[in-house]
Amino acid sequence: MRVTLPGTALAALLVGTMATFAPLAHAAGLDLQAEQQATNWTAIAMFAVFVVLTLGITAWAARQTRTAADFYTAGGKVNGFQNGLAIAGDYMSAASFLGISAQIFTDGYDGLVYSIGFLVGWPILMFLMAERLRNLGRFTFGDVASYRFAQTPVRLFAAFSTLAVVVFYLIAQMVGAGQLIRLLFGLPYEYAVIIVGALMMIYVLFGGMTATTWVQITKAVLLLGGATFIAVMVLAQFGFSPSALFARAVEVKTGLAATAGASPEEAAAKGLSIMGPGNFLTDPISAFSFGMALMFGTAGLPHILMRFFTVPDARAARSSVFWATTWIGYFYMLTFIIGFGAIVLVATDPGFLAPDGTLRGGGNMAAIHLAQAVGGDVFLGFISAVAFATILAVVAGLTLSGASAISHEVYATVIRKGAADSKSELKVSRVTTIVLAAVAIALGILFEKQNVAFMVSLAFAIAASGNFPVLLMALLWKGCTTRGAVIGGSLGVLTALVLTVLSPAIWVKVLGYETAPFPFMSPALFSVSIGFFGIWLFSVLDKSPRAAIDIAAFEEQEVRAETGIGAAAVAH
Amino acid sequence: MAMDTEKLARIRRSEAYRTLVRRRGRLGVRLTVVMLVLYYGFISLIAFDKSLLAAPIGEGVTSLGIPVGLGLIGVTVALTGFYVWRANSEFDRLTRQVVAESEA
Repeated sequence: MRVTLPGTALAALLVGTMATFAPLAHAAGLDLQAEQQATNWTAIAMFAVFVVLTLGITAWAARQTRTAADFYTAGGKVNGFQNGLAIAGDYMSAASFLGISAQIFTDGYDGLVYSIGFLVGWPILMFLMAERLRNLGRFTFGDVASYRFAQTPVRLFAAFSTLAVVVFYLIAQMVGAGQLIRLLFGLPYEYAVIIVGALMMIYVLFGGMTATTWVQITKAVLLLGGATFIAVMVLAQFGFSPSALFARAVEVKTGLAATAGASPEEAAAKGLSIMGPGNFLTDPISAFSFGMALMFGTAGLPHILMRFFTVPDARAARSSVFWATTWIGYFYMLTFIIGFGAIVLVATDPGFLAPDGTLRGGGNMAAIHLAQAVGGDVFLGFISAVAFATILAVVAGLTLSGASAISHEVYATVIRKGAADSKSELKVSRVTTIVLAAVAIALGILFEKQNVAFMVSLAFAIAASGNFPVLLMALLWKGCTTRGAVIGGSLGVLTALVLTVLSPAIWVKVLGYETAPFPFMSPALFSVSIGFFGIWLFSVLDKSPRAAIDIAAFEEQEVRAETGIGAAAVAH
Repeated sequence: MAMDTEKLARIRRSEAYRTLVRRRGRLGVRLTVVMLVLYYGFISLIAFDKSLLAAPIGEGVTSLGIPVGLGLIGVTVALTGFYVWRANSEFDRLTRQVVAESEA
């Protein structure tokens, strides 16, 4: 195989939100080249088994997908435990698994700081929103955001912000998938992108939410199982003593620093540095801003919020969040052990290293090499197949959410004024699914050589600055009006977009300027504040007749949000 | 969507409904504040005093940051579990009462 892969590009792409240390991908690729692996038939065979299984699930799901409600919400028949696993499967991306374990492999403790940020949004979602979402909505978060407001403007806002989040997230996943699969399976980039795009389209097109749910559950079980196996095998080598593992990791890092020419004192300090926070969150404003983007972004991701409508009632919505938090938290504990295990078992094995001492295949290969170290070639194939499956489960959820933004918000509510029958709405969502898959494949190929590391963090920032403030204020603040929600939410989204363009992740790393006008790592501290402030300001200034209707409707909304009275009759 | 105004007013006057809204609101806000304090406290430690979390505990290399970080993951899960436990017992009972009264 002739193709070479820029190792750091893969790191940059998959790591996604870790924008600060993502290097300029295509420039770095010129001098840092890693070999593409030979076609890995074990991995391909295992992935083929996964594909056959999920296509079987899709065929079964297709027979149950007759109405728009089936398509968007699996008929509302998913239980809390299943939905919790599916949410975890929707949320734990390849970036979480490979990127975070790679960050721990490189910097140690910083990777834990990063993963904690991805977890802390779930309780907020639980305490303030989950039950109310379930009681008020049918298919999308736009149902809830627009519950007591004028439909057209709020629906258009919801559709716009959903598509923005979905498209940025999807591009990052497609590019990451292409790079990863080329590396793991030895397939050309374009093939990988087309395979991912085609499979996600088939799942969503025919099986809707039912197929998507079960693909996500299957993937979650495989990923949690595989990661558990790696972590247990690592800990077993240290008599199940984490402190023995840490001690050995510090020893390895110290040795590596000494080999690289550091003095004994410097080497010892470098070794110990993996046990505490390093350069990940540099200045306090970046630290808080980044924390806000992850925390509130989680509570505003449209494809995650959509999962709350697949369960029958508020009680199941609660248990969904509990199980999702449990599995995701457990998974991050595993990645922590996996990262340290890679320091001990991968960094010391010349078989996994390129001549210059970096990881063969690029920085994100730490967990993959570790899988081979503890489980041999067959397990390597298994973990590679799981990484592929992981991407599929995430993109299927994103596509479904994007399709619902067009078919449910724009077509059924804005264009047909709520009078669309289930059949034509279903048709529009299927056509949109095909279009989205084509767009995702095209953009995935177009962005192959671009640095897309900022796109996942941008998706989180938009969700945190637009969707989250609008939902929270609509649910909990009586004085919120249509005008306030739409203007404030739009200001939040625009601020997030503009500040991201002006930040180092785009201004310096993509556009190539020397210094960025907006020096911080994430716009969220500013854009979330502007979102909330805008909603408040334009609501209190709003003296229109519509504002009176919006405010008067709060009592009815509150009763339904708190008790579910009226929800059952509408939903199913 | 429409609920008749008479029924709506009756529910809002009901003692069970008011208790439900008050208790759930209070618990939700309190737990949210706990979560925000814990997480942004953790972030503040990283932003302002990195050496504290890097300090070793006990004999070995294990730092204070390890139990703090892993503990924060544990506490996050435990808080959501606590909310579910309170809601499943108390809030569901109150909700059933409100629904029953509204249908009476």
